[in-house]
Amino acid sequence: MSSTLAGWLQVLALVGALALCYRPLGDYIAHTLTSKKHLRAEQALYKVIGVDADADQRWPVYLRSVLAFSAVSVLFLYTLIRVQQWLPLGLGVEQMPGHQAWNTAISFVANTNWQSYSGEAAMGHLAQMAGLAVQNFVSAAVGIAVVATLIRGFTRNRTDRLGNFWVDLTRVSVRLLLPVSIVFALALVATGVVQNFHGFHEVATLAGDPQSVPGGAVASQEVIKLLGTNGGGFYNANSAHPFENPTGLSNFLEIFLILVIPFALPRAFGRMVGDNRQGYAIVSVMGLFWVASVALLTLAESHHAGSALQSAGGAMEGKEQRFGIAASSLFAASTTLTSTGAVNSFHDSYTAFGGGLTMFNMMLGEIAPGGVGSGLYGMLVLAIVAVFVAGLMVGRTPEYLGKKLGGREMKFASLYILTTPTLVLVGTGVAMALPGERAGMLNSGAHGFSEVLYAFTSGANNNGSAFAGITVNTDWYDTAIGLAMVFGRFLPMVFVLALAGALAQQQPVPATPGTLPTHKPLFVGLLSGVVLIVVGLTYFPALALGPIAEGLS
Amino acid sequence: MSSTMTEESERAGKPVPQSEASSAEAPHRVSGGLLDPKLILASLPDAVKKLDPRVMVKNPVMFVVEVGSVVTTVAAIADPSVFAWSITVWLWLTTVFANLAEAVAEGRGKAQADTLRRTKTDTMARRLTDWPRSRAEEEVAGTALRLGDHVVVEAGQIIPGDGDVVEGVASVDESAITGESAPVIRESGGDRSAVTGGTKVLSDRIVVKIASEPGKSFIDRMIALVEGAARQKTPNEIALNILLASLTIVFLVAVVTLQPMATYAGAPQSMIVLVALIVALIPTTIGALLSAIGIAGMDRLVQRNVLAMSGRAVEAAGDVNTLLLDKTGTITLGNRQAAEFRPAEGVGIGDLADAAQLSSLADETPEGRSIVVLAKTEYGLRARAQGELTHATWVPFTAQTRMSGVDLAEADGVHSVRKGAAGSVTNWVTENGGTVGKDVAALVDGISAAGGTPLVVASRTGTAAPRALGVIHLKDVVKEGMRERFDELRRMGIRTVMITGDNPLTARAIAEEAGVDDFLAEATPEDKMALIKKEQAGGKLVAMTGDGTNDAPALAQADVGVAMNTGTMAAKEAGNMVDLDSDPTKLIEIVEIGKQLLITRGALTTFSIANDVAKYFAIIPAMFAAVYPGLDKLNIMQLHSPQSAITSAIIFNALVIVGLIPLALRGVKYRPSDASSLLRRNIGLYGLGGLVVPFVGIKLIDLVVQFVPGLN
Repeated sequence: MSSTLAGWLQVLALVGALALCYRPLGDYIAHTLTSKKHLRAEQALYKVIGVDADADQRWPVYLRSVLAFSAVSVLFLYTLIRVQQWLPLGLGVEQMPGHQAWNTAISFVANTNWQSYSGEAAMGHLAQMAGLAVQNFVSAAVGIAVVATLIRGFTRNRTDRLGNFWVDLTRVSVRLLLPVSIVFALALVATGVVQNFHGFHEVATLAGDPQSVPGGAVASQEVIKLLGTNGGGFYNANSAHPFENPTGLSNFLEIFLILVIPFALPRAFGRMVGDNRQGYAIVSVMGLFWVASVALLTLAESHHAGSALQSAGGAMEGKEQRFGIAASSLFAASTTLTSTGAVNSFHDSYTAFGGGLTMFNMMLGEIAPGGVGSGLYGMLVLAIVAVFVAGLMVGRTPEYLGKKLGGREMKFASLYILTTPTLVLVGTGVAMALPGERAGMLNSGAHGFSEVLYAFTSGANNNGSAFAGITVNTDWYDTAIGLAMVFGRFLPMVFVLALAGALAQQQPVPATPGTLPTHKPLFVGLLSGVVLIVVGLTYFPALALGPIAEGLS
Repeated sequence: MSSTMTEESERAGKPVPQSEASSAEAPHRVSGGLLDPKLILASLPDAVKKLDPRVMVKNPVMFVVEVGSVVTTVAAIADPSVFAWSITVWLWLTTVFANLAEAVAEGRGKAQADTLRRTKTDTMARRLTDWPRSRAEEEVAGTALRLGDHVVVEAGQIIPGDGDVVEGVASVDESAITGESAPVIRESGGDRSAVTGGTKVLSDRIVVKIASEPGKSFIDRMIALVEGAARQKTPNEIALNILLASLTIVFLVAVVTLQPMATYAGAPQSMIVLVALIVALIPTTIGALLSAIGIAGMDRLVQRNVLAMSGRAVEAAGDVNTLLLDKTGTITLGNRQAAEFRPAEGVGIGDLADAAQLSSLADETPEGRSIVVLAKTEYGLRARAQGELTHATWVPFTAQTRMSGVDLAEADGVHSVRKGAAGSVTNWVTENGGTVGKDVAALVDGISAAGGTPLVVASRTGTAAPRALGVIHLKDVVKEGMRERFDELRRMGIRTVMITGDNPLTARAIAEEAGVDDFLAEATPEDKMALIKKEQAGGKLVAMTGDGTNDAPALAQADVGVAMNTGTMAAKEAGNMVDLDSDPTKLIEIVEIGKQLLITRGALTTFSIANDVAKYFAIIPAMFAAVYPGLDKLNIMQLHSPQSAITSAIIFNALVIVGLIPLALRGVKYRPSDASSLLRRNIGLYGLGGLVVPFVGIKLIDLVVQFVPGLN
């Protein structure tokens, strides 16, 4: 069996597995977000934190809860990282510098997991488990909570009550993320992922050099790293490390975990708005981009000019021999399209177009299928923009799912689509204007520029992966990318929640034959076009100076 | 009241066909379709005047272009070159073209306003100082009239202000406002009491109670509306503006941040090129034409003699879910007409038709005339003129007897024929010793049950007992093409509800025949109001027409309320549109114009954004191929040189605005159909078209521009 065929069979198996999960998981998530009943464990928790679980919040209150929770999380994580060496299970790691700890805390709370440190050298077991892994759970839950609120904006009418953040957060963590994580952590352990409390082992490499590798609770963190589209590796080498991702099977499982919730959320959306076809339309757009990206990336990596690369069967630099081109490309496309940022190969070493594609995937705004929750709300905001333009073309004031898209709605949708490109381009532009920061690049020319562009794209879109050549653990980059991450995560949430508030206040408009149908192939095509054009147009000049210039030379 | 006046007053309540109002009789109307080149020239000074930044800032997209033009001007002065000056000139032209679009749209309104203003000549008013106690009057200027004053107007005089007739009846020439030369009747009481200042009384004498303050009259409002002085941005325009502004900001950021990246790449760009890139990318096409589209939409209504009091109402018209249509005059012809003859047992149908025609010759009502016509068309019975039958005594139709007929002095005695309301004719038969058979009674009941009106025909020879010959079936005649119209509306997602004072049975029959979705029978104004509120509670937008004072609350409640110009002042105040032709069918056209307005906006937005792709392929290689030669592969149009490429993109950008002005003013082609087919068509035309057209256009311009010295 040729490796190409094997690669496509793997994609097919993955699509099959995801399709199988679409309905049951989506329905389960919808049920979790709409059920009136509380579990006993949840009730106990609500009592401890003093929350009236049946009191719904207005959107500003919901937003304040999100921001307060995240601020406290940052503070807690920062403190934990700074003091871990005096706490148990510290493994004797050195204290992390302030700017790096700040960057790391923000990165994990913002569901980005950008790592300007090396996992095994900078983090003890306690910080990994009680700090990073916990944030992997709750930051993912926050994303789903926010999208649940946006969906409620569509389903609720003439109200300012949009749900209770604490209930959403708790339910998603307890009913969804925890159980799935436990099952798949065991599966990962079965494939050989480590799970222990060992300290550093001294081992000799093939070349005979000594190396020290720590053990740790890897499988339990690995599973939520992927399931919650976080991406922060236990080890610096992330999912390319054999302790995190030992075999082809574990690799397949990990890609599945990355994609399973983001691809099931449209079903939950369709279910909640009472029209499953709406969910199918959204998931079709997501799937279209994902398939196209996987195909193009595999193509770019396996058909590269140059005799060395051709004799190796493709661009194998930076890829694990265990996984090969197909499984690496599949992983790379999935991780950059989902705001995960875990890697099993090094994007910096990809061909110019391959690397450019991983960047473009993130530039789409992490919406195909995107991060848990954030992917769906990003896609829904773009759907609103598409409906607005297309709705006009059918001769009505545009409406989506019975809600009119007026000035207020378009204001928040516009601000949303404005935020990330501004962060990426301003960040990159400023970095390129500073001679000192330019020196952080490993390469010169177009590829060097791509490294910086990638870093800000990854940060602002909350992906977390990197073109690894660049040196980013400097004051400036830690601060600048930290800011890109925090604004890239929370400003869109502000706009999404405000949008939800505006939608929920409306009285629904009944659908008629004159209403723009948003569940048909035509709309799928239209939305794809809007995504491509709105994003492509914004980033085209920057991409032209990076990967395109490099690839065409 | 003379009989011609009765006819005229009937006429006022009926629709006036559009074709009757020829443009010669309606001097203030501006031709719809094409753009008058003279108007463009005349609008140029206005377009330049609009360059005032305080005006420009209201349109964020074009304001950016203007700022860019200033920047390039400064750059071109500091470092002159053919390239710098070409870009500068074309950027200024882009701004002027955008203003030109708006100025032309406004110019068409101004022409109308000027004609209207001419009707506002200073009239003298004869104010009644102590009305109604005395008839004492004084001469005052028309402008001195206040709300509640009473004035008397006689034949040949101009009505000095808006108001309601409180005494008398007169024929009034309203052509100054409606363009319709036929005079209309205005009378005190009832629903035709409103008169408009500036119109002329042709006959008789009326007392008018003034209902508007000076400067706030109907004509004043009309002038303000068509001039665009009262124009405010509509909700959808605001929403679109927000989206366009945010796209502008995104591209501004993309280009500003490009400079450090370009510098790093070793290709720092001149100010001229950066400004050119910004202008090429921001959605200038739609930004330039957006307000013109809105003004032109109002204008298209004015051309159909409809005045929208706000742009918001026009937009709402596109969104309407439910149309409330009055039965009479909208769905059916004004009067009931004879549809068939149903003979009694033993009577030939020809005999019945003959008797029916004979007895209807003295019936001047439309119903009577329709019987004569039916007998003629169906049975070839020529209508005899009354004078032909010298031995006849005619019994004309009156409202009291509800019967008409004729007594013919024949050899065998007086031959009497009668036709009329079933009850009246039955009485006539029984009073004269006859009986109406069960078969005739069954026919009468059958027609009533089907929603028609039965008229009985009876005859009597000499002193014999009269006998009923049969029944004439009168029914409402649905206007031609209404069913198709309603089917069309249904495809557009609009539900039609027929409003009628008829009983439910009759209403149902007509509703089924006309193909409306629903009906409201025995409708009172309260019922109408309740129906509107019910529809609105379900999130629907409702449009209706009305003329009477009792329609006013419903007109105000409806999202689109079209008042008939023949109606009362109260109705006109309550609605948000006034139809000067008083044609209730026009509601359907109004909805279509509303939709066309929104489609034009969407189509040009799509076109504008899709254009950017080609512009990138022109400008990006031009900027960077020098340092990254590989990027020249993106120059798929094979443009001649970097300078010619950028100049061509900017020229295309400017010319496309001019090229689309006619489309913006006329509105895109709209065929009523369902949303999917509309979307497919418009995406194909304006989305794909927007992708392809600029590739061709820029290439063509480049083929010319490359010969300009300094650009090659």
